[in-house]
Amino acid sequence: MSANLLYFASLRERFGSAGEALELPVDGATVKTLVDSLRARGGPWAEGLSEGRAWRVAVNQAMASLDTPVRDGDEVAFFPPVTGG
Amino acid sequence: MARVRVQEAAFDAGIETAALTAGRRDVGAVATFIGFVRDANEGDAVQGMTLEHYPGMTEKALEAICDEAASRWSVLDLRVVHRVGALSPGDPIVFVGVASAHRGEAFAACEFLMDYLKTRAPFWKKERIPGGDRWVEARASDDEAAARWQVDEDRG
Repeated sequence: MSANLLYFASLRERFGSAGEALELPVDGATVKTLVDSLRARGGPWAEGLSEGRAWRVAVNQAMASLDTPVRDGDEVAFFPPVTGG
Repeated sequence: MARVRVQEAAFDAGIETAALTAGRRDVGAVATFIGFVRDANEGDAVQGMTLEHYPGMTEKALEAICDEAASRWSVLDLRVVHRVGALSPGDPIVFVGVASAHRGEAFAACEFLMDYLKTRAPFWKKERIPGGDRWVEARASDDEAAARWQVDEDRG
């Protein structure tokens, strides 16, 4: 099973990627599962998604948090705090 | 016209405002807000700006904010138009308009829509300044402005 990840704005530039499909463990995956997996890549991934940095996550286009469940085929987006208006 | 639109093209605030009252006689007040690109930010000259967004979520977030406004105040009609893409200083970025029977509801709903839009709708600004580009940082004052409205939310 996998999730469709999207990256926006400064995170997209930092990662050098607009998104990817990421494999998940079959049971009990949450946003934290994904974040841990991405942070383990080190470099810009660990920096961009570090605990001290402000970033946001949405699951299926609704704001989410670390404990939000992630299921097969979900769309999970990572982005900086918003600055519209 | 749809009450929420995200577009590259410029909007005509007069047309948007007129649409809020077209064919109705129950409107007593219309409050509107227009946001513009400033030519300076954080002490630097701003030469231009690019607005990125999250297609799909942006529209959903704006619809949700409109629903929330309509549930809190007696709103007869409302409109949110937000531009994306390349913009220059002086260009309008966002239009918010609210029609209601009385001014208090229109003023409050309009301000609420902007405060929530600025903290909940997935748009990101990148400024062009002398020496390069930079992403605009989110402001704590915007979070504080949005938090003012959460007292009512907690009361249900």
